[in-house]
Amino acid sequence: MNFLSLFVFIPLVMLLGLWLARGIKGVRAVMVAGSTALLALSVWLTYTFLCDRAAGADAEMLYTASFSWFEPLHIEYSVGVDGISVAMLLLSAIIVFTGTFASWQLKPLTKEYFLWFTLLSLGVFGFFISVDMFAMFMFYEVALIPMYLLIGVWGSGRKEYAAMKLTLMLMGGSAFLMCGIFGIFYGAGGATMNILDIAHHTGGAHPIAVEQQMLWFPLTFIGFGVLGALFPFHTWSPDGHASAPTAVSMLHAGVLMKLGGYGCFRIAMFLMPQAANELGWIFLILTGISVVYGAFSACVQTDLKYINAYSSVSHCGLVLFAILMMNTTACTGAVLQMLSHGLMTALFFALIGMIYGRTHTRDIRELSGLMRIMPFLAVCYVIAGLANLGLPGLSGFIAEMTIFVGSFQNADTFHRVLTIAACTSIVITAVYILRLVGKILYGTCQNEHHKQLTDATWDERFAVICLIAAVAGLGMAPLWVSHLIEGGVAPIIESIGHAASNSNPFM
Amino acid sequence: MDYTQFLNMPAELSLLAVIVIVFIADLLLSPCGEGDSCRCSCPCRGRLRGVLPVVLMIAHTVLMLLPCSPLSCCTGAEAFGGMYVSTPMMHLVKALLGAGVVIVMLMSARWLSEPENAGKAGEFHELVLFTLLGMYFMISSGHFLMFFIGLELASIPMTALVAYDKKRYESAEAGAKFILLALFSSALLLYGISLIYGATGSLYFDECGLWLDGSLLSTLALVLFIAGMGFKISLVPFHLWTADTYEGAPTAVTGYLSVISKGSAAFVMLTVLEKVFGASEFVDIWNRALFWIIILSITLANLFAIRQHNLKRFMAFSAISQAGYLVLGLCGGTAQGMTALVFYLLVYMAANLGAFAVLCVVERHSGKIGISDYDGLYATNPRLAFLMTLCLFSLAGIPPFAGFFSKFFIFMAAFKAGFHLLVFIALVNTIVSLYYYLLIVKAMYINKSDAPIAPFRSDCPTRIALALCTLGVVLCGLLGCIYNYIDTLSCGL
Repeated sequence: MNFLSLFVFIPLVMLLGLWLARGIKGVRAVMVAGSTALLALSVWLTYTFLCDRAAGADAEMLYTASFSWFEPLHIEYSVGVDGISVAMLLLSAIIVFTGTFASWQLKPLTKEYFLWFTLLSLGVFGFFISVDMFAMFMFYEVALIPMYLLIGVWGSGRKEYAAMKLTLMLMGGSAFLMCGIFGIFYGAGGATMNILDIAHHTGGAHPIAVEQQMLWFPLTFIGFGVLGALFPFHTWSPDGHASAPTAVSMLHAGVLMKLGGYGCFRIAMFLMPQAANELGWIFLILTGISVVYGAFSACVQTDLKYINAYSSVSHCGLVLFAILMMNTTACTGAVLQMLSHGLMTALFFALIGMIYGRTHTRDIRELSGLMRIMPFLAVCYVIAGLANLGLPGLSGFIAEMTIFVGSFQNADTFHRVLTIAACTSIVITAVYILRLVGKILYGTCQNEHHKQLTDATWDERFAVICLIAAVAGLGMAPLWVSHLIEGGVAPIIESIGHAASNSNPFM
Repeated sequence: MDYTQFLNMPAELSLLAVIVIVFIADLLLSPCGEGDSCRCSCPCRGRLRGVLPVVLMIAHTVLMLLPCSPLSCCTGAEAFGGMYVSTPMMHLVKALLGAGVVIVMLMSARWLSEPENAGKAGEFHELVLFTLLGMYFMISSGHFLMFFIGLELASIPMTALVAYDKKRYESAEAGAKFILLALFSSALLLYGISLIYGATGSLYFDECGLWLDGSLLSTLALVLFIAGMGFKISLVPFHLWTADTYEGAPTAVTGYLSVISKGSAAFVMLTVLEKVFGASEFVDIWNRALFWIIILSITLANLFAIRQHNLKRFMAFSAISQAGYLVLGLCGGTAQGMTALVFYLLVYMAANLGAFAVLCVVERHSGKIGISDYDGLYATNPRLAFLMTLCLFSLAGIPPFAGFFSKFFIFMAAFKAGFHLLVFIALVNTIVSLYYYLLIVKAMYINKSDAPIAPFRSDCPTRIALALCTLGVVLCGLLGCIYNYIDTLSCGL
């Protein structure tokens, strides 16, 4: 058994442990042990991966292994990682680890909550280690469905509506996706579901004919794009995030939305490069709208979670936007943005959850002067906000800088105009973040009840400090991460560039 | 006549033996009439009466599935000049149906032991086994007469089952509706068969397959055949009996109707279409017919299912739409389609019977069957609610449960056969179906109720049935060997 499968195996053991656990202490013990093991495993994987790369292992995917699963259909359980998936695994492990602590006090039905939470993380980890389309798709759906119960049972506000909307929209996306996967599989000859085997075809022409690609690319891209908050399919995101319990918002905005970007990049663009070149401009416009529209929407919201949810639409839109720029710098920036946004949005949602748990309101009109009352949370909130608006030294700056530099490398007017338009989102982000921070943290507290509130408890502090350390670490020392990512991005960009030069001899 | 031919049909013979033993045991062990108070105080006789059929059926099914038992069938067999045909695939389907019957018997065991059914529990087992025998003959037929006898043997006792609670008005009404429409559909089928006889002069599947051309007469026969089978599988537009019958019939019988009778009919439809109407000009026609039937079945049934308040009616519409997915495996008549169909049948059986087992036990303990009655079930009966959730997720096609795999494979088969648009429409419909399955999950987990179903302990047979279904729902998909094994047996055009 390949050691990558441990990423699926540990959550399975956790599920078993949770099932057997008695009492809240047992549940917490299982969760802490499991998520620590996952975090340790992913840190170790990152380290080994970097060492192996430095030692000259230059295969596109390392630690590959595959086991025959449904032989007549050529479906295998294949695993393997490249720089992108290593980074995403690390991100997921951090969020799962901190999410465990952020939901330390959660009641009622703690055990069931963590069961679904672990199933969700199982799906996420499985998705990032798989290189077989079937296995990826399966894990993708495994990650989606627990959201329904997590939001529906433990959420707040219009939770039933939000849970149903989120589930149906995401599952709608996966219906598109399934069709796209069939198209890719049979278009490429129906001999393998393995992404690498399809991409590294032998011989000159791409195995999927261009007219087929034109059909399946939009389906696949939209399918994943729904999860990546592609305009106009993003409407589940604000409602879903606003209603979800804290740790679920963290995991969902932090990791699950990254599944969308990762899938678009790894399946849609990698396997159908010609269509990506031909049709990329349509999606580029849509993602451009996501970026700007999300930022503007965030400005007019009054609910803390809605603000952050629209901000997520804007930032996740930036991920897809950068991917579609189709050069190495922009795509490295996209993965950096996934990491950075994952960490800081998780931080944001964790803080909002903690504030909400105390004040029982998320309406910014009713909050003020929190800096005096809960200084620790308030300071962390400022840090999260600064990371979000791209302060140098924190992760957001690195990611957005790389993206916009990469995007501007495209010499034609279309790409440059779009890049400039998307750049405005930085300014708008600054507007709503600074306004928000000023409104709720500073000034004097009007509400007598709020003055009695206490600052963060130890488990909350622990979760928040871990996330801040990660955000700052990524911001201070981005080089090793971008180095890690570039190795994964380069072959995909190469295949897309190759397709572009083939299809258009005049370029 | 060579009587050793009978040995070529071991599955039917063994089932017949089960029927006879159950019948005799029922005579000997039946409780005495009123006033005769001497010998019937012994409770173990009553228990033996309940246990014996189940044990015999388990033995029968296990023997059929074991590779080296007298009932196993490794190669094809024929008897009576081709009237009876058996292939390993047919044998497997029969074994699966047998397993389904075991589950139905388990989940109805406690219901049958209630005083109101005390005198007629034996009838229930007899009738169920006879319908199963009919399905066996129907599956193994190589001749239209054999096919028709099997079909009737499967549907007439079914009527008695539907009207089993004969003193309850709805049950009797459901029985009447069922027999009328079953006869109507049989008449359609017979008409189709007679046209085939007129066109070819033969009723053997093989010979018909050779001589049928694309003439108008034989096309009409094909249409009548599809309509007749459509009634049995309850595909739109031949589904009108389904909701009322499902609602009126006793819950265990509804489970039986929705899975086993439907599944066997779908499999037979596939084999007959391939054998008799396998000529290329026909394939095109039935593909086109199936295209519309599937779209209608899935879409309409899904839309109606959303509006239901009674869980049995709800399951009826869900079953119609599931039948639509099942029939997707017929498209193109490929070997992959056949594998996908049988696999789908297996998974659907586990999931749907699991859901019905929950309905059954809840109905017996609380008498409630409405969707809103299930509000807050998780708070009072967490395990039952959890199992119901697994089954519903599997029906909706959500991984890691088996329903995801079966749906994926059946879509894949249809996609390979070139039905891209159909697959897309069916996929969009899965979202609608997910919505209504989630409504029940929502009722159980999220909705609050003033009068929730009180906590209760389910009985032992039901627990075994639920455990079997859960095992099926969890393992059938993840273990690749099951699909791979089915694939080695299947054949296409």
